[in-house]
Amino acid sequence: MTWRTIALGSLLALATAGAPTASHGGDGAARVAIHEFHFEPARVTIPVGGTVTWSNADEEAHTVTASDRSYSSDGLEHAEVFTHRFTAPGTYQYFCALHPHMTATVVVQ
Amino acid sequence: MIDRRRFMQCLAWAGTGLVWSAHAGRLSSATLAEAAPAGSDFTFAQISDTHVGFAGDANRNAAGTLADSIAALNALPTPPAFVIHTGDLTHGQKAGAFDTLAETLKAVRTERIVYVPGEHDVFLDGGKEYLARYGRGTLGGGWQSFDYRGVHFVGLVNVLTYKAGVGGALGVDQLDWLKKDLAPLGTSTPVVVFTHVPLWAVYPAWGWTTADGEEAIGMLRRFGSVTVLNGHIHQVLQKIEGNLTFHSARSTAFPQPAPGAAPSPGPMKVEAEQLRRLLGVREVRYTEGAAPLAVVERPLA
Repeated sequence: MTWRTIALGSLLALATAGAPTASHGGDGAARVAIHEFHFEPARVTIPVGGTVTWSNADEEAHTVTASDRSYSSDGLEHAEVFTHRFTAPGTYQYFCALHPHMTATVVVQ
Repeated sequence: MIDRRRFMQCLAWAGTGLVWSAHAGRLSSATLAEAAPAGSDFTFAQISDTHVGFAGDANRNAAGTLADSIAALNALPTPPAFVIHTGDLTHGQKAGAFDTLAETLKAVRTERIVYVPGEHDVFLDGGKEYLARYGRGTLGGGWQSFDYRGVHFVGLVNVLTYKAGVGGALGVDQLDWLKKDLAPLGTSTPVVVFTHVPLWAVYPAWGWTTADGEEAIGMLRRFGSVTVLNGHIHQVLQKIEGNLTFHSARSTAFPQPAPGAAPSPGPMKVEAEQLRRLLGVREVRYTEGAAPLAVVERPLA
């Protein structure tokens, strides 16, 4: 295991600490960490009406922005979080508007 | 993937307090003392990536280093005719950040400050606030050109095309305008281009490139002296390609790692003493008939 994997593992543990579920939450609440310019995990599945909460573990600001711009966070600083509720089934791509090569997906079913 | 070793061979790293210049494609350097400004027709300065609102661990006092950067501009031996800000005025368009910057930059002793936006200045609203403040006298998304004492200056905007999976680009409209803008100029006209994201492919894996930058570069190749200034990557980096010289500038707020030298391009944490050597501004001297322009780095320490 590389140091980076360990760091990421710790981070994900932190991101889910206190939450009743893992990142693919049974109660409809998923968590995504923003780490080293990646969304982790890059794909989460939630039920209709569920939420995703993103937490920025980077020093750099990032955003969570729908590819169709239907929703967007402001610039998230280190440790800031953003939550969005998804009310219709579908596969939704999002990205970071500051670093557009950071892309990931929310599946609502 | 880019072959980093080959890629690095194309670059020359500038040292603190050195003036770099190139003749017949060969890079040479002189110390500041040897390169007094006497004889320069005029000088201008570049400030970049002020990131007003940044408060991360990489620099807990970005307002202080911005103030010190302004002091460095005001201490230049020849007052700059004007100052070019190459974008990321704000950090994430935080409320009040544009106002704070405007107020802070009033302390710069110069006739005029010209701007191009960085992605931090436009990502929330597509550039609406930026253009309302700085768009006067510019075209399209804020691009512009002007002449100063025989030198043609062009400000290009390459941060308005961002969408999922797609980074900086100039776009067809701006490239068409650039072609028309350059058309009447003779090849002996010195050209200075300033933009936020590097026009050339510094490190595409980190988004440090302009997708259609090569098209603009192609239009510039016929000129005898072209100086391209950019920000975005928060470090001094230079490349020479024929008569074109490319210069990436320091930030006043925080440094970023060398291309590929870290897992990601996030703010680089360094010792307090080293930080001031990695932040600063830049002076550019123009002397008629002495192409290329002399670029003098002015770090804070």
